[in-house]
Amino acid sequence: MTPELALISALNGISYGLLLFMLASGLTLIFSMMGVLNFAHASFYMLGAYFGYQIAKWIGFWPALVVAPLLAGALGALVERFGLRRVHKWGHVPELLFTFGLSFIIVELVQVIWGRPPVPNDLPPELQGHLFTIYTTTFPISRGFIMLVAVLMMVALWLVLTRTRIGLVIQAALTHPDQVEALGHNVRRVFMLVFGGGCALAGLAGVIGGVVFVTEPSMAAVAGAIIFVVIVVGGMGSLAGAFVASILIGVIQTFGLALDYSLAGILRGIGVEVTPSTFGYAVWKLTIAQVAPVLPFLLLVLILIVRPRGLMGTREG
Amino acid sequence: MNDGSLSYRPINLGRWIIWGGTLVLFIVLPLIFKQGFARTLLAQMGILIIFALSYNMLLGQTGMLSFGHAVYSGLGAYFAIHTLNLIGAHQVVFPVSLVPLVGAVFGMVFGVVFGYPTTQKSGTPFAMITLGIGELVFACSLMFPGFFGGEGGISGNRTVGGNFLGIKGLNFGPDVQVYYLIAFWCFVSMIAMYAWTQTPLGRIANAVRDNPERVEFIGYNTQRVRWLVLILSSFFAGLAGGLSAINFEIVTAENVSALRSGGVLLAAFIGGMLFFFGPIVGAVVFSFFAIALSDITKAWQLYLGAFFVLLVMYAPGGLSSLILMNLRVMSFGKMKRLRDPYLGVALAGLTLLVGVVLLIELTYHLTLEAGGASTITMFGFPLDAHGRETWTFVIAMLAGGGLAFEYMRRRFKQEWDAIHVEIEDWARENPEQA
Amino acid sequence: MSQDNRSVTSALSEAGISGANAAALELKDLRKSFGKTEIIRGVTLSIAQGERHALIGPNGAGKSTLFNLISGRFPPSSGSIRLLGSEVTGRRPFEINRMGLARSFQITNIFQRLSVFENLRCAVLWSLGYKYSFWRNLNKLSDARERAEEVLRRIGLKRRRNIAAGLLTYAEQRALEIGITIAGGASVILLDEPTAGMSRGETASAVALIREVTQGKTLIMVEHDMGVVFDLADRISVVVYGEIIASGPPAQIRANAKVKEAYLGHHAEAA
Repeated sequence: MTPELALISALNGISYGLLLFMLASGLTLIFSMMGVLNFAHASFYMLGAYFGYQIAKWIGFWPALVVAPLLAGALGALVERFGLRRVHKWGHVPELLFTFGLSFIIVELVQVIWGRPPVPNDLPPELQGHLFTIYTTTFPISRGFIMLVAVLMMVALWLVLTRTRIGLVIQAALTHPDQVEALGHNVRRVFMLVFGGGCALAGLAGVIGGVVFVTEPSMAAVAGAIIFVVIVVGGMGSLAGAFVASILIGVIQTFGLALDYSLAGILRGIGVEVTPSTFGYAVWKLTIAQVAPVLPFLLLVLILIVRPRGLMGTREG
Repeated sequence: MNDGSLSYRPINLGRWIIWGGTLVLFIVLPLIFKQGFARTLLAQMGILIIFALSYNMLLGQTGMLSFGHAVYSGLGAYFAIHTLNLIGAHQVVFPVSLVPLVGAVFGMVFGVVFGYPTTQKSGTPFAMITLGIGELVFACSLMFPGFFGGEGGISGNRTVGGNFLGIKGLNFGPDVQVYYLIAFWCFVSMIAMYAWTQTPLGRIANAVRDNPERVEFIGYNTQRVRWLVLILSSFFAGLAGGLSAINFEIVTAENVSALRSGGVLLAAFIGGMLFFFGPIVGAVVFSFFAIALSDITKAWQLYLGAFFVLLVMYAPGGLSSLILMNLRVMSFGKMKRLRDPYLGVALAGLTLLVGVVLLIELTYHLTLEAGGASTITMFGFPLDAHGRETWTFVIAMLAGGGLAFEYMRRRFKQEWDAIHVEIEDWARENPEQA
Repeated sequence: MSQDNRSVTSALSEAGISGANAAALELKDLRKSFGKTEIIRGVTLSIAQGERHALIGPNGAGKSTLFNLISGRFPPSSGSIRLLGSEVTGRRPFEINRMGLARSFQITNIFQRLSVFENLRCAVLWSLGYKYSFWRNLNKLSDARERAEEVLRRIGLKRRRNIAAGLLTYAEQRALEIGITIAGGASVILLDEPTAGMSRGETASAVALIREVTQGKTLIMVEHDMGVVFDLADRISVVVYGEIIASGPPAQIRANAKVKEAYLGHHAEAA
């Protein structure tokens, strides 16, 4: 692990983490506001990617960057209005099951319309190439673009929440929905807006993620698992926590995949020989890169047991 | 259709009739349906019934929503298939017919180990932990190819045990023999799990479901109750896994996947988690979707998902609650009034359904077979996927069926509600019998 | 036990002459803060066995919090609680329940989907020693059934035996609430506003029920209905802003100037 590789890995990890945050922020807002854990959130991420792909084919990437998230958000609002709202009165379990079933349907619909194999969702020419090079390691423009959009999104979100009236209503409804309704605000419309907005954010992340990474039906499941880890580790209901957790997990995953060390290798370095006949060799010989996929879930389970509030959470759910 | 609360008592049929009838059914079914296809379907239903019933011990009985139940059945399956291979290699002497118990015991072991940290929390955090552990185990399955067999999984041979009780030819090779093995364990498990609901732990589990806080104030440690229920549930899940290992003679990472966990959740919910027999119904229906329907159309998962979501929205008590609600109306002698509304809803619904199915199948065809022939055959009729007539027909069915359905549905609801108002009134005047 | 005997025992406890019995409940300098707000600010109280004790006070004074501390719903910030002579500070609710204390809730807290009978049967299972048994058939446990039937009869819900608890009327649910509380045979009973929301007639029945089922037991109740309080209680403690400002027999409390000023107001004349 050379210093420049470490730096580039760190930057990659941060950009990946910021992408995760774009996804997680929408989910956190929805959960804080409505107490609903939107299982289908990652599906809207996927929809963003596919919408982006399709719209880009018709009118180009840059317009798609605007239209696709709006489309995803509109769809989310409809889902809330005609689906979730109905189920809400039966409690959290049916809500969870509804979004779970929805995620299932969305994945299948995507396959009906676009097919099972990955679609050729390529980077637009403006985002191809490298931003800068250190010795021989490069940092792609696309990754830098992710960071840019994520930062812009965070700023916009912060401004909306703290400077606009609707943002204040949302903040208030986060902790005191009944009082807010008593004050005359249409809380149900706010719910619909928040749900739609959260889905739009997921869609935005999807448009970008779709071109930087692969656009295929399984992207929802993969992203979904990681996102749950993020919001639980960060603390369900905390945007700051989601931010910290996103970066943390983004970096862990990126670094983890790059590191080829195993416990056996380390032991060998200090003179202890580990052979296939040593007890537990299967564990010793695992490299960090091989273990990397498991790390987020290990973290998830640990946090849930040790500190179920998460790093910065305010509710346990 | 109702406000979510239980407002009817269970129908009091003779217990012996039900259990005896079930036993007879189990014995007789493969003799009626002799095709290999039907027998495999029945075998898989039997396994899923055990799995879904075990899942409902958590969800319907104790109020624990788990997204990772396949961990216990899958790990049980792995241990079962390794046992099978040990028997085959003559390193262990153990009857094949009891190998499912190996799966059960190891499922239970993991229930003890994983169950303890899992049941520290309840509600949504619990669901999240189960999801996390599920993903954890699934990810691990690719890391330890020695035990999990990597991408190809572990295969085995169910005839390695020689002849059952020395009876010639009874080596569990043929489909029908595996079916009876599964049917045996299924019947035994059903009785066991039903009996459990009539024990102190079973009843206290219900109390935990209804009001976990109050349970502490009548002397019970809620976490301990949940842990114990999980252990018992994982025993039966492991049993199902062991049977799966014998039936398919292969166990792969898919056995511990989130897909499997989601599947049993769907099955239990579709059948209905409020009543004991709900998951049985759900397992049967789910098997039809997953096995029979999947042969007919590639879009079966979409249909399954849509069916599930509709149930969540309109009948969260599942199919069993729908059945019982109608039986209740029947017991009050008011079913005749629903005959016409039901007919209307059914016909309109069928029209709408045909439209939807055509839409989905045609779109699928266009996407997947883009280069091939443009006609598909639906219900025996050839339809040109590119033809304007076809699409006009589809739209007509959708629009017509949709409007008709909505109209019929409202009429039905009117009649249904009226009937129930009458029933409520009667209940108020006869409080002991309600 | 007659009224006089109870007062004598209370007096003896207060004087420190213990005799054979420890106090049913002993609170020593109990404090509880939520964040920076101190809700319970140093409560010291001793309640004798067999006594009927009422906690009264304005809303927000901390009466329910006290109940929650005693029953183990959350631990105190400092101070100690002794139940029948044993230390229970910071113990879990089920542990405290097993040591002989049961409580009801202000907001009805029953098992909605179980029948009335099943609600009561669940409440007796632990005290009869069946614990986590998953091998015994409930319907064959005749002692559990008989005990549940007995409580069912005493709370007057025999006619509603098989109805799901969630379908009962409000007053019936309150009666069931009391039934669940006493079914386990606990010797110290805490009732949190048992007559809340009841009409005159319902209150009278509830009071009769409470008096009957707490015979020979220690009763501690939070109540706002002064009629009920003066009817049932041997001793009253007045809780204001997390402190007990007065404690003693009803007549003494009625005459207490501090109490009149802080709380009783016109109730004193009416009662």
